[in-house]
Amino acid sequence: MINKEELTRCYHCGEDCRSNIILFEEKPFCCSGCEMVYEILSSNDSCEYYKFSDHPGLKYSSAELGKRYDFLDNDEIKREILDFSDDGVSRVKFFIPNVHCSSCIWLLENLRRLHPGIIQSAVQFTKKEATFIFRDSEISLRGLVELLASINYAPYISLESVDKSSKQKVNRGVYYRLGVAGFCFGNIMLFSFPSYLAIDDSVEQFIRQNFGILNIILGIPVAFYSGSGFFISAYRGLKKRFISIDLPIAIGILALFFRSVYEIVSGTGSGFMDSLAGLLFFLLIGKWYQSLTYQALSFERDYRSYFPVAVTLISEQGEESILPLKHLKAGMRILVRNNELIPADAILIRGEGTIDYSFVSGESNPVIKSEGQRIYAGGKQIGSAIELLIEKEVTQSKLTELWNQKHGSEERQNNWESLMDVISRYFTAVVLLLALVTGILWWFTDPSKAALVVTSILIVACPCALAMTLPFSFGGAMRVFGRNGFYVKRSSVVESLSQINTIVLDKTGTLTKSQDFDANLGHLELANDSYNLIRSLARHSTHPVSVAVCQALPYATALAVTGFIEHPSKGLEGTVGGHQIKLGSDEFVLGRRTAEPVAGSLYISVDGKPAGYFILNHKYREGMREVLTSLGHRYELHLLSGDNDAELSALLQFFPSKDHMNFEQSPADKLNYINKLKAEGKRVMMIGDGLNDAGALTESDCGISIADDVYHFSPSCDAILESRQFMKLATFLQFSKTSRRIVMMSILFSFFYNLIGLSFAVSGNLTPIVSAILMPLSSVSVITLITLTIYIASVRAKLNKEDSV
Amino acid sequence: MNVILVLVGFSLLVALLGLGAFFWSVRSGQYDDPYGSSVRMLFDDERPEQAEAANPVANETTKSNQL
Repeated sequence: MINKEELTRCYHCGEDCRSNIILFEEKPFCCSGCEMVYEILSSNDSCEYYKFSDHPGLKYSSAELGKRYDFLDNDEIKREILDFSDDGVSRVKFFIPNVHCSSCIWLLENLRRLHPGIIQSAVQFTKKEATFIFRDSEISLRGLVELLASINYAPYISLESVDKSSKQKVNRGVYYRLGVAGFCFGNIMLFSFPSYLAIDDSVEQFIRQNFGILNIILGIPVAFYSGSGFFISAYRGLKKRFISIDLPIAIGILALFFRSVYEIVSGTGSGFMDSLAGLLFFLLIGKWYQSLTYQALSFERDYRSYFPVAVTLISEQGEESILPLKHLKAGMRILVRNNELIPADAILIRGEGTIDYSFVSGESNPVIKSEGQRIYAGGKQIGSAIELLIEKEVTQSKLTELWNQKHGSEERQNNWESLMDVISRYFTAVVLLLALVTGILWWFTDPSKAALVVTSILIVACPCALAMTLPFSFGGAMRVFGRNGFYVKRSSVVESLSQINTIVLDKTGTLTKSQDFDANLGHLELANDSYNLIRSLARHSTHPVSVAVCQALPYATALAVTGFIEHPSKGLEGTVGGHQIKLGSDEFVLGRRTAEPVAGSLYISVDGKPAGYFILNHKYREGMREVLTSLGHRYELHLLSGDNDAELSALLQFFPSKDHMNFEQSPADKLNYINKLKAEGKRVMMIGDGLNDAGALTESDCGISIADDVYHFSPSCDAILESRQFMKLATFLQFSKTSRRIVMMSILFSFFYNLIGLSFAVSGNLTPIVSAILMPLSSVSVITLITLTIYIASVRAKLNKEDSV
Repeated sequence: MNVILVLVGFSLLVALLGLGAFFWSVRSGQYDDPYGSSVRMLFDDERPEQAEAANPVANETTKSNQL
């Protein structure tokens, strides 16, 4: 075993350098990409980048720019991407997923050191956005993007970022409301204070009149500006014949306000304006806390963020040009290069298609297509460039239709009711009934006090502490999850998680890793000591398959390799120990396609002669066994895979029966399966990663999408789980149940306060001072209690440590 | 007693100024990126020779950037 201290950490990204350390200026680097980034920074006097945090870089991936950003030279696309351009100066805003620390902010905001054409740049960290202002004459938009890509801060440019209509406005309303409530709260307290003290009569009379009027003036914006959200929400609920928690709050606000106005104007009392302002101030803190979500993450993506902005058009004369995707029409000929997306259903007219549909359909192996065959949108071409003849427009292709069909069922029906909905319904009914009954009773005993008692009840019953419970407990749980790489869309998703009883899992990319393989030696016509020839060759490549091959073969001291060449998406070749060795696809190694393609095979040849093959399987995620076993005890598990059933026997042990395991499922099958389970009354959680799960994810009661990089594309869902945290899934679900118990506890706690208040109110003894003490006390103590218990629970579940990217 | 009312008026005025300042700070986006602001203040200022190199246009565009 290697000791942790002995590892050589890459100066740029901090990853273990393994065997191939690259030294530059006496600093170790794990790959030429990281070294290159350092070189760019150091030659531009920007090494302060490395001062603000240790190993601030992220491992450099895909150095090849090639023609990737060609489309940014197209005038129409440029116009759409640029925020504004005038007088040779342009401004553009990019989403940059790799922004993650203070060094990133420093570097991006000092980008003008790397290129004089950049005038200014500003980073918006919480949204991972950066705005650049640059001179067109010195650096083009494409040049800017390529510069960013060269230092590993490539912006994410997709069809969605071009579409300006989808850009959202920042909502700062809650800050303004909170500011007004806080301002009035402070001043009203000041003006109310004298009335709580016994001062001699003439002074009291003076104060009561003048300060009372000031209180009314200050109370109006509190009740009707800061509190407007509660009235609107209560009214909306009523229109849908639904009693929300905001209804008793709105009634309470009105009762407080008008009772106070009456008391002050008639001179019968000093009013409850301080309670009113305090109530709204605390309620709005709850609202503000609820509004803190993960801004840089997008949970509502559609196909537009997966599709490219432009395609390469081939004219009849065979010339290549850039065409914005929206102008793509049926009948056009386009060129699709290695790793590019097929934008629309098309027919292959030249070249050989090796299309990777894993993200769209869940099939783990690329599909081979030859000239004349139809290719559906959404796949990625691997290998050499191909020419396609477009058959349908982008919006009419099979993939986008799948997306459009689910818009019909936006209001999804859940099999349970939110705890707060149930409580607010009964709570409101009980309070209104109580107010009515005591009102009638007082009417007969002492009519002059009836109105006073009724308003008192409405005031103390205002469920302030109750309304704080949900945002703070589920919101607290949401932050605990976030620290552990599990990001939920909003706090109410935590409650959905706690209500689940059935879990449906996707296979490819969810149970298996998308970029990691297990290589099993299928057949090898070589003496055992020749293993080392293959291993020595494979260790020169960082491709996941090569890494898997290295792991599969017994360790031996590596031999020298000469003439090493890595052919992208084909294989490796080189001379080891006097033998010419090839390792790769059938076509590359054997020069032909094998008659019966064994799923995911890797072929070997020595000195031009075939020498056997490896069988490649996607690796299961770490901890899959433990997670599935522990989930299997508490939940009903189902498997929905778009892949073939080759792994049925390996996975059968985790699922109750074969009936729960479904293979070769189309996206529509998956969606229907979820609906069938829901119709049986089950509460379904779906976990998936690809576009083929998109429909099922939105239809399920709680859809979780799993992603290697949460800031890159993921289908629309309720929560995004960092793939390396998959092993904690069972813990997360358990924690959601704990937080629901915490909610119950604090609801009981706040009822207790309501009971105390009611006992004052029913007997007609609610004075302003009692209310002014009781209201803040209940809110503050409930918040404290929740925060403490959530923290203790997170320590117990071992979720209290920061553990995310 | 009237002096109290005058003083109260002044205190409200001062408090309103504070509220106005808060509105201004929200409007100018100071609450949009708390993490960014917290680390930005730790960055060293540019050395003089680079400050000269930085273009005067930068100052003009700052305004347009703030909308």
